[in-house]
Amino acid sequence: MIEKSLVLVGHGMVGQRFLEALSEQPAAGQPHRWRVTVLAEEPRPAYDRVHLTSWFSGTSAEELTLCPPGFIEQHGIDLRLGDPATAIDRRARTVTTRSGAELRYDALVLATGSYPFVPPVPGHDAAGCHVYRTIEDLEAITASARHATVGAVVGGGLLGLEAAGALRAMGLETHVVEFAPRLMALQVDDGGGAVLRRKIEDLGVHVHTGAGTRRIDADENGRARTMALSDGTGLAVDLVVFSAGVRPRDQLARDCGLPVGERGGIAVDEHCRTPDPHIWAIGECALAVDGRVYGLVAPGYAMADTVARELAGTGAEFTGADTSTKLKLLGVDVASFGDALGTTEGALEVLYANSRAGIYKKLVVSADGRLLGGILVGDAESYATLRPLAIGKSQLPGPAEQLLVPAAAGRQGPLVLPDEAVVCSCHHVSKAAIRAAVSERGMRTVPEVKKCTKAGTGCGSCVKLLGSVVAEELEAGGIEVARGLCEHFTHTRAELYEIVRVKGITGFSRLIDEHGSGEGCDICKPAVASILAALGNGHVLDGEQAALQDTNDHFLANLQRNGSYSVVPRVPGGEITPAGLITIGEIARDYGLYTKITGGQRIDLFGATVDQLPGIWRRLVDAGFESGHAYGKALRTVKSCVGRTWCRYGVQDSVALAIELELRYRGLRAPHKLKSAVSGCARECAEAQSKDFGVIATSEGWNLYVGGNGGMTPRHADLLAADLDHDTLIRTIDRFLMFYVRTADRLERTAPWLGRLEGGLDHLRAVVMDDSLGICAELDELMARHVETYEDEWAATLADPERVRRFVSFANAPGTPDPTVRFVHERDGIRPARPEEDGFPLAPALIAGPALEVRTR
Amino acid sequence: MSEANPPENAEYTVEIDDGRAWTPVCRYQDLLPGRGIAVLVGPQGEQVAVFSERGGAVHALANRDPFSGAHVISRGLLGSRGSVPVVISPMLKQAFDLRTGRCLDEDHAPDGATAHLRVWPVRVVAARLAEAC
Ligand code: SRM
Ligand SMILES: Cc1cc2nc3c(=O)[nH]c(=O)nc-3n(C[C@H](O)[C@H](O)[C@H](O)COP(=O)(O)OP(=O)(O)OC[C@H]3O[C@@H](n4cnc5c(N)ncnc54)[C@H](O)[C@@H]3O)c2cc1C
Ligand code: SF4
Ligand code: FES
Repeated sequence: MIEKSLVLVGHGMVGQRFLEALSEQPAAGQPHRWRVTVLAEEPRPAYDRVHLTSWFSGTSAEELTLCPPGFIEQHGIDLRLGDPATAIDRRARTVTTRSGAELRYDALVLATGSYPFVPPVPGHDAAGCHVYRTIEDLEAITASARHATVGAVVGGGLLGLEAAGALRAMGLETHVVEFAPRLMALQVDDGGGAVLRRKIEDLGVHVHTGAGTRRIDADENGRARTMALSDGTGLAVDLVVFSAGVRPRDQLARDCGLPVGERGGIAVDEHCRTPDPHIWAIGECALAVDGRVYGLVAPGYAMADTVARELAGTGAEFTGADTSTKLKLLGVDVASFGDALGTTEGALEVLYANSRAGIYKKLVVSADGRLLGGILVGDAESYATLRPLAIGKSQLPGPAEQLLVPAAAGRQGPLVLPDEAVVCSCHHVSKAAIRAAVSERGMRTVPEVKKCTKAGTGCGSCVKLLGSVVAEELEAGGIEVARGLCEHFTHTRAELYEIVRVKGITGFSRLIDEHGSGEGCDICKPAVASILAALGNGHVLDGEQAALQDTNDHFLANLQRNGSYSVVPRVPGGEITPAGLITIGEIARDYGLYTKITGGQRIDLFGATVDQLPGIWRRLVDAGFESGHAYGKALRTVKSCVGRTWCRYGVQDSVALAIELELRYRGLRAPHKLKSAVSGCARECAEAQSKDFGVIATSEGWNLYVGGNGGMTPRHADLLAADLDHDTLIRTIDRFLMFYVRTADRLERTAPWLGRLEGGLDHLRAVVMDDSLGICAELDELMARHVETYEDEWAATLADPERVRRFVSFANAPGTPDPTVRFVHERDGIRPARPEEDGFPLAPALIAGPALEVRTR
Repeated sequence: MSEANPPENAEYTVEIDDGRAWTPVCRYQDLLPGRGIAVLVGPQGEQVAVFSERGGAVHALANRDPFSGAHVISRGLLGSRGSVPVVISPMLKQAFDLRTGRCLDEDHAPDGATAHLRVWPVRVVAARLAEAC
């Protein structure tokens, strides 16, 4: 096959998407193969600019990358980082780069994006003035912020508000200056802008609308100090971020005589081709055939797909795109879709506003009742349903006002969506395509549908809607949506718990042979293991139980990314002696482990290999430490604040209670992990209200809170009972825990469990405090049995050579450490080596512990 | 041959064909039904995961998980998907056919390689394991 050369200028979001789309084109039927060279101005491969702001909250540049590892090599792409194109010679069909290279092309694709517009006000180039587009920009802002106290963002659009959020998060007093009379002038109307403004001001950001920037004055070091606004305001600022819009980077095209739009943008036709048949332009640098320059990533992706298909000879068109947006700005949901500003002739508006709750919603409807567009501020739940209706200009499924009031939420299911509605806009997948995947191609689950349609694999915002479309279609086809644990059991976890308890089953084989089918899987085996353990069936590594445990439980440690393990000894209540700290330190030093204080008030030792675990634990156990069950679905930690003993506000001994609770419930296996905390007074330094069960001291006794959660879906715990004395408190927690263990689903924390418990908190209170179900005696007995039979899993493991035998690297070479587990040094510690790095294997312990076995021949 | 059905007797050895010869790698009773162990095979010291199913069949597959690059397949759980016996990677939970090494969830690993585990010929023989093991 003939090879032709393709040069891509710009390795940004759209450029990368183009490379992927090109590689996905079927090889068969293509007129020729493309040898691809990519010229990139930035020092790193394409990254996710849309989520750039998350860099401030700790997402690393590596995590933002859009270029899958090995992608460039696998497709034989010549990627030249930091070497931008400087000129195009259309007659000779060559591109020149900054380093002086000259590349011939048969096809040239320009994906140069845009640059931030900086208004030419005096002082705009003072030190402390920044733009917001690249990782280097953010690095510069962070460096500058170290010496700054007040920041101003010029521009109150989408990006400006993101930048303001970032400055706020860095602790700067923050101003936003917007020329238009409202924030996000492009996306929302005056009413929406007002609600947005109030919400953003509530977050402590000062908003100046209808004001331009006049001048920035610098001090004698050339650093920005004050900013004068057109409304006469003077602001003392020492950091300025310009976010006043972007301009297409079309200079290369201008210089070689390609037509550009009046306000910039490389003019292209419906195939994204310039008038030169060898040159295409895609993404933010292009002026599309509908006369618009799109500043969003989805239209850019559509253009990239178009050109990739063109080049593969399959033909495609791009004639325009939807500019709907939904974002969370400083924690406020904002969405705008379709004709949001009601510019269509004869358009009518339907409004719902609740300024106390900070909600503003507007639908734009045509005279004949079709949905054209809308704006949602403060509550954008219905965006996923409404946007496709507006894009399809569909007839409203009911009265418009009903779609806006929260009570009508239940009616907005996906059934009201017409078939042609686009559910996933990243990959342009319609509802019909999803339905067909289920009904015609036999897909039965969301992951299957994702794999075969690509829906939901972009930004992910459509996954919820995707799930309901799939579920509806399955139901419509009479296919039962399985309620059971997995393909091997039609029972829920709670039902299996009852079966195991009532029939006295002690092993997995009997359970699956009598009540399930097949051989089990990674879902049902650990779930059954947890049920067996919760009902007191001995050591988790004994007999058949050993084969059920997830890998963490199997090695009583936490698997890390390179196959090594972490070790977390229990530190009840977070109280630890100097001697204990020294012991942990010595062990970590001797084994060369990485140490870190966890979010749970204890110490994690990382980087142990399987064969090192028994040696490490022997020393820990000898020093009086126990398993911390960081690996198990079991009690993790009971955090404490220092309490009355030391703190001048404390009213009870919170540390003593936390230790007591942690020792009482340690080792208790549950449907999911359990966390707790005890605070010594209402100031709540232990954050008890974010725990599965939390206790806060009162002058009368203890308040018990249940069903709290941090993590992905935080929930404040509910007050179950107030001013309890010590014994009642313990009894109530005993029952609460055992009731949860008995009735919750697999991997269901107490928060969602409580959320779906019929009768809610009142029912729970009746069960555990008034014994309304008459099961309290049983629950008490189960807990008493747990407390009596508890033994430290690690001590018990070490005491039995049969159990220790599994902790070897290789069955036929037990002394050989796994050579693929390698580390590198970082910040005075170690971390797993990345695939491209050479690392060293962990050295065996320098000093053998006193109890280490010595083998004699 | 990638699987073997061993007899009940305990004095049996698991052997893998490393390309040159059948090499003993462990005692049959070292295998816990439903779980695996790792062994080193051949002159290059390749890592192989050896499993025995609840029904007794023995399988040997590459120990490297193509999705994480970590050598941890031997620490996965065994189970079934429909009628296919599988091992589930402990890292990111993809399932692999124990008989063919084929990944049931994804065709490719993130680095573009096919997500396939090499299958090693394995058998169980009535012989004492060499002292060296
Ligand atoms: C080590 C630690 C991070 C740290 O360095 O500080 C950690 C590490 C992990 N957390 Fe965590 N979490 C740690 C404190 C927390 C906390 C803070 C706390 O406990 O006060 C939270 C929020 C509180 C909460 O759970 O409500 C937390 C919420 C999660 C979640 C989300 C749970 C949820 O209900 O949404 C997961 C995911 C899950 O469990 O499904 C998770 C899962 C994990 C896993 C198990 C992820 C994994 O599968 O590898 C990590 C393994 C631990 C390991 O390898 O040792 N971790 N994790 C912390 C160990 C605390 C300890 O001493 O045991
Ligand atoms: C903070 C932030 C938040 C955003 N949020 C959203 C959002 O929520 N939703 C949304 O849809 N969009 C959002 N965007 C916009 C989105 O990032 C852009 O639409 C998208 O990046 C455009 O892709 P592109 O490839 O056209 O341009 P870019 O990603 O900018 O890539 C262009 C690349 O070309 C390089 N380049 C330029 N000239 C040359 C040359 N001569 N030679 C070689 N290389 C060159 C540039 O250095 C750059 O790396 C956001 C942007 C920012 C900055
Ligand atoms: S919660 Fe109360 S008692 Fe505990 S440390 Fe904070 S202020 Fe002191
Ligand atoms: S809309 Fe982004 S993944 Fe579907």
